[in-house]
Amino acid sequence: MTEGGVDLNNTKKMTIICTKGTLDWAYPPFILGTTAAAMDVEVTMFFTFYGLGLLNKDLDLKVSPLGNPAMEMPMMGMHVGMPNLVGMLPGVTSGATAMMKNMIKNKGVASIEELREAAVLSDVRMIACQMTLDLFEMKKEDMIDGIELGGAATWMESALQSDINLYM
Amino acid sequence: MADATLDAKGLNCPLPILKAKKALKELANGQTLEILATDPGSVKDFEAFTRTTGNKLVETGEDGGVYRFVIERVA
Repeated sequence: MTEGGVDLNNTKKMTIICTKGTLDWAYPPFILGTTAAAMDVEVTMFFTFYGLGLLNKDLDLKVSPLGNPAMEMPMMGMHVGMPNLVGMLPGVTSGATAMMKNMIKNKGVASIEELREAAVLSDVRMIACQMTLDLFEMKKEDMIDGIELGGAATWMESALQSDINLYM
Repeated sequence: MADATLDAKGLNCPLPILKAKKALKELANGQTLEILATDPGSVKDFEAFTRTTGNKLVETGEDGGVYRFVIERVA
């Protein structure tokens, strides 16, 4: 409900720009988006650049220890980081991803698929960046139903009416 | 005795909140939902959730690592 650009509705609103598509970085926007929606906040998520892949029907998200010295995995009671020289080897990314997914499952943490489904069910508005779609030659048909295409101005309109705007 | 029970044991943030919201939606105003959780973070989270959404946290407790919340649907 808007009048002269002023929102007369009392509902709190939030937007999140999702720019990253790795398994670890997929979590913050979906956790906050779904939680906000559960707390009656109207949520808009704008997916751009590598974040756009998070809308693909089939997700195959990965995490890499390469260039990420903060990524220390719990192992035999210790926390073990991985030297970049090892992280660059073939197979290490899929190994680290398998370990992370295993931890996620064992600790009762939701999968990204599960959180995304929750976002859809709670009417989170999801906008796929048209420019990124063209740039990376991705197809809307490969993405989940219920999303819309839009650009910077689409996000701006939402952001101007929002109480919280996050960039992730 | 609550009108419904949600077993959120073993689930981590934000799943207990998401599932609680879903379960609350299925109740009528004035009815209560009992939630069992093992996530220690859920204690503060359910307080914040109820304060923000206007639902009423009528009971909290802990027994052997299981946290119990009873929320009355208000909004």
